[in-house]
Amino acid sequence: MDTLIAQLQRQFRDYTISLYHQGFLDDQFTELKKLQDECSPDFVAEVVTLFFEDCEKLISNMARALDQTGNVDFKLVGSSVHQLKGSSSSVGAKRVKGLCITLKECCDSQNYEGCVRCLQQVDIEYKTLKAKLQDLFNLEQQIVQAGGRIPQVDI
Amino acid sequence: MAVGEVMRMEIPAGGDLTVTTPELHVLAVDDSIVDRKVIERLLRISSCKVTTVESGTRALQYLGLDGGKGASNLKDLKVNLIVTDYSMPGLTGYDLLKKIKESSAFREVPVVIMSSENILPRIEECLKEGAEEFLLKPVKLADVKRIKQLILKNEAEECKTLSHSNKRKLQEDCDTSSSSSSSHDDSSVKDTPSSKRMKSESENLSSLF
Repeated sequence: MDTLIAQLQRQFRDYTISLYHQGFLDDQFTELKKLQDECSPDFVAEVVTLFFEDCEKLISNMARALDQTGNVDFKLVGSSVHQLKGSSSSVGAKRVKGLCITLKECCDSQNYEGCVRCLQQVDIEYKTLKAKLQDLFNLEQQIVQAGGRIPQVDI
Repeated sequence: MAVGEVMRMEIPAGGDLTVTTPELHVLAVDDSIVDRKVIERLLRISSCKVTTVESGTRALQYLGLDGGKGASNLKDLKVNLIVTDYSMPGLTGYDLLKKIKESSAFREVPVVIMSSENILPRIEECLKEGAEEFLLKPVKLADVKRIKQLILKNEAEECKTLSHSNKRKLQEDCDTSSSSSSSHDDSSVKDTPSSKRMKSESENLSSLF
């Protein structure tokens, strides 16, 4: 019979793999995990926290700009989405990054409807990822609390 | 030696030559807080001392190149490498690169440019202006390790060049000076010809990578 630790570890492994397979994360996330060790055990959590704060701030800026009907500052939207694309790329947030690329295209062609739709999707997507990573970190905590080690997952 | 020197010698009383391996001090410039956190970690994990700033302007202030208040307290500032993002509001990474290369204090410090965009004319322009390397974001550990080895190798070669010129100078001194015997302190650095010291230092460095 599986111990609690073994069960949790299997759950963790499966969940991690699914996040990659479903395109939520790419190998830049793996690169970040390499930078985490006993000296910096919360590095990944700290970086993604900064990323989600960035998302909130930049999406809010873009929403405000798009709200100025008739006088939308597409340059501002463009530079905000460029920043968001950059940070999503740096943390391996693959789906968010993809949507940023689409949003940038809408912005460049000053496609107002497209921008609004896309921004909504970016908002949903980052919140989805945030919830999923929270689940993943919770699993890690449970494993550690049960006295186990967090398994290395090879994608 | 010039600003950005890596070489430091510690000679214990026994007279044994030991070389400390000083950390590289890197100045990282990026307007993204996420990227600053990542590059800082990448560099720290590669055993570098890191200072991060959020803009080209702040970088110039840090280096004392902003034409502002006295650079007098900055004469001991040692920066071995500057890593900067290209696209930043205000001063771009390219502008920063130019200002660094124009300065007498820091023109020898290698500058690496990072960008999320793979634009060939941009890359060429940066390399032409004297950038050491152009890294495509997201930056990986392998990139940082490679850059570090490059910097260490450059510093070691610079040392070898210095040791050769010192050797020449030493010979000239020998030829021209009259014999003077003075009591030598065993722990004195002067005992060992500077050329030998430099050479052993660069050899030690070479064994690091």
